[in-house]
Amino acid sequence: MEALLALAIGFLVGTSVYLMLSRNVLRFIFGLVLISNAANLIIFVGGRLIVGAPPLIVEGALAPAGIVANALPQALVLTAIVIGFGLFAFALVLMFRTYSTLGTLFSDQMRVAEPRENFET
Amino acid sequence: MDQQERTEDRSALIIGILPVLMSSVLFLWFLGFVPQIAEGLVIRSEFGWVPSLGISFSFVLDGLSLTFALLISGIGSLVFLYSNTYLSRHAHFSRFVMFLFAFMLSMLGLVLADNLILLFIFWELTTITSYLLIGFGHETANGRRSALQALFVTGAGALAMLAGFILLGLTIGSFELSEILDQSDKIQSSGAYELILLLILAGTFTKSAQFPFHFWLPNAMAAPTPVSSFLHSATMVKAGVYLMARLHPGFAGTELWLWTLTIFGAVTAVLASILAIRQTDLKLALAYTTLMALGTLTLFLGQESGYAMTAFATFLIVHSLYKASLFLVVGCIDHTTGTRDADVLGGLGRYMPITTVAAALAAMSMAGFPPFLGFIGKELKYAGALGVASEPVLVAGAVLAANALMFTVAGIVAFRPFWQNRKASLPRSPREAPWQMVIGPLILAVLGTAFGLYPDVLERSLVAPTVASLLGSIEDTKKLTLWAGVNLPLILSLLTVITGLLLYWQHQFLRAQLSDILAQLPSFDRGWDHFLGALKLVAFWQTRLIQPGLLHHYLFATFATVWAGLTLAILYGGIDFRFPNMAKISLQGAAVILLVVGGAAVTTVTTSRITAMAALGVVGIGVAMIFIVFSAPDVAITQLLVETLVVVLVAVALLRLPRLDVERSRSRIYDAALAVGVGTLVSFIVLAVVSQPFDRRVTDYFETVSWPEAFGRNIVNVILVDFRALDTFGEVVVVAVAALSAYALLRVTAQSKQKR
Repeated sequence: MEALLALAIGFLVGTSVYLMLSRNVLRFIFGLVLISNAANLIIFVGGRLIVGAPPLIVEGALAPAGIVANALPQALVLTAIVIGFGLFAFALVLMFRTYSTLGTLFSDQMRVAEPRENFET
Repeated sequence: MDQQERTEDRSALIIGILPVLMSSVLFLWFLGFVPQIAEGLVIRSEFGWVPSLGISFSFVLDGLSLTFALLISGIGSLVFLYSNTYLSRHAHFSRFVMFLFAFMLSMLGLVLADNLILLFIFWELTTITSYLLIGFGHETANGRRSALQALFVTGAGALAMLAGFILLGLTIGSFELSEILDQSDKIQSSGAYELILLLILAGTFTKSAQFPFHFWLPNAMAAPTPVSSFLHSATMVKAGVYLMARLHPGFAGTELWLWTLTIFGAVTAVLASILAIRQTDLKLALAYTTLMALGTLTLFLGQESGYAMTAFATFLIVHSLYKASLFLVVGCIDHTTGTRDADVLGGLGRYMPITTVAAALAAMSMAGFPPFLGFIGKELKYAGALGVASEPVLVAGAVLAANALMFTVAGIVAFRPFWQNRKASLPRSPREAPWQMVIGPLILAVLGTAFGLYPDVLERSLVAPTVASLLGSIEDTKKLTLWAGVNLPLILSLLTVITGLLLYWQHQFLRAQLSDILAQLPSFDRGWDHFLGALKLVAFWQTRLIQPGLLHHYLFATFATVWAGLTLAILYGGIDFRFPNMAKISLQGAAVILLVVGGAAVTTVTTSRITAMAALGVVGIGVAMIFIVFSAPDVAITQLLVETLVVVLVAVALLRLPRLDVERSRSRIYDAALAVGVGTLVSFIVLAVVSQPFDRRVTDYFETVSWPEAFGRNIVNVILVDFRALDTFGEVVVVAVAALSAYALLRVTAQSKQKR
């Protein structure tokens, strides 16, 4: 099962790289969302996959009975999802603000910091 | 005068007097060492600094460093006294005093340091402080340019020198000069000798303005005159000469050393004296004769004979005395008359008697008349030049030409302004300069005379110990004497005077001729401007290449680098990759994964905003389902929550954004290729990771201690809020910061809309 997921992750990364290379910043944001998901899945799959055994301890027991899913990557991914959301929200607002100021979504036309005239002698 | 002005005057007085006192005390302190050093003692003191790298605060006081220390602190105190009057009305007087004092201390450190790295640090401190001093008149473009030029040229040389120092230290196994210089055999037989020597000479030649780096020194005359008389007579430019003299015991004696120093020294000396004749600005004429002196000193350091070394030590002192004196005299003339143009000045002798005396004494020493010290210096120079075993005619000829021209310049600088009839009217009527300004040049000029009359004193106290530092023993010192009988040096001296007089008589004609000739030749100074221009163009081209200001370029470069780096790491690092077993695939899992892949594919290709949003949602839900299937309910809940928020936010934003464009650009093919490359690579790496045996130790630890120690049954939650609580806190902070920033951005939008 890990193998199939690995291929899917590769596909996700590929699509997000393609989207992030777009001149349209809206597509860049889509790519950002996809690559966050891909990163989370990489951490998750790195801890191996176990079906139907969540990392819980039964009432009265000191430790989980038998093999349960790996709790550590789950904790890491949980943190990563929230932080990824923070990044996404900020990027979205930034893009929105940029559009309302510059009137364009194309990154090639966003030249306030590095004006084009600096590059023409 | 109101209260504030009075306090300012008083503080200016303190600022002016304090460095005079401090440098005088230093001078007297160094003077106290003379008897010990004259007996051949070498005083050394050391404090640890970075012992593991062989770097220490170690200082050495021998004949050579004592001579320099005395010149620096002695001339320093006179120059400080002089500046008190010369610059007292200047708005940045205190800044000037601080720069100059910092410079003096760095210079003292340079000549006293025994550790190569320490020496380099002081060397660079003199570079920086002299940059500040040359650029003291930073309001003018010329001042800024000259300062920057001096900084670049000497700084570049110093970098080469540092490389040479490090090589030298590694070759010998020590950075202490006192240890290195004892092993001249080991230095000269090591394969790196040529490289070390050339790197270090790059530093000393730039600092001492040897041809072809001579052009910065005349430009540095943009500095106030006290600076020129201090930095460009006895100190900063002599630092290069000092280092060559310091290294002489370890490096001299090879063909490379002999010829590099002899040729560059001779060319600099002759070229500079010719250029000196051309100048009408008294200060510039002096600057070129300084170059001439530096060339001569370098030339003598190339040799090894006792005559050459005695000539070096004597001329070093002679030159510092008369050159500092003459610079200060020119400052006096400039200060009182408002000009230093040789063609305008004349007839000052009547109005400035004391300055005239000082100028005459110094100039006669410079021209090499008996009984001045300059005469002895000149005789020794001829004796030293004739002693050059291989090429006596060439070296003596160069020295003769330089000396004759120097005779002429002495006449131009110190005779004509005072005695010749004035042709033009002066900007201000001449009068004697204040005593603080006259006393410095007078003392220095009188010293030059006194040492000429009593050369024994100088010989025993400073010259012999300096020669001992260079050659190892006092025995090789030649006698300093006014009358050595009728010999070849004396005849050459007479020849010098005759040639010099002829040249002086004809110098205005010569100057015109020279200007015509030099205008035809390429100028190093203009070459410098071309060089800087070319450097700027390269920088511009390079910036445009790697920083075009396009997001796409930056991202493409980033992803391509990631791809190339990871590929290389896999190729050369070796990776244990086994093709996975595809048999264990459940239908349920495959369906969920298909959902994710499909969503991502649709997001990529669609041109509809709504479709893209929906497809993104599908990917998010799919990922959540993967978490559910593989036993991660908490993660799945979070993912669902966040995914809902993402869709809501995107939906809100999309309503106000334009439609997606249709991408038809041909360059998207390259983007697609790179995307496929990166994606494949990631798949490959994940496959490689999961085909490795798994180490569960950390997880096992959390599972066993979760309940007994943290009293939680949900292990994921226990990790988040207990074992890794600080991480979770950091996460909360990140989200808070993102929310605050987003709020700030949105608020600005709202405000700017209101304004419209």
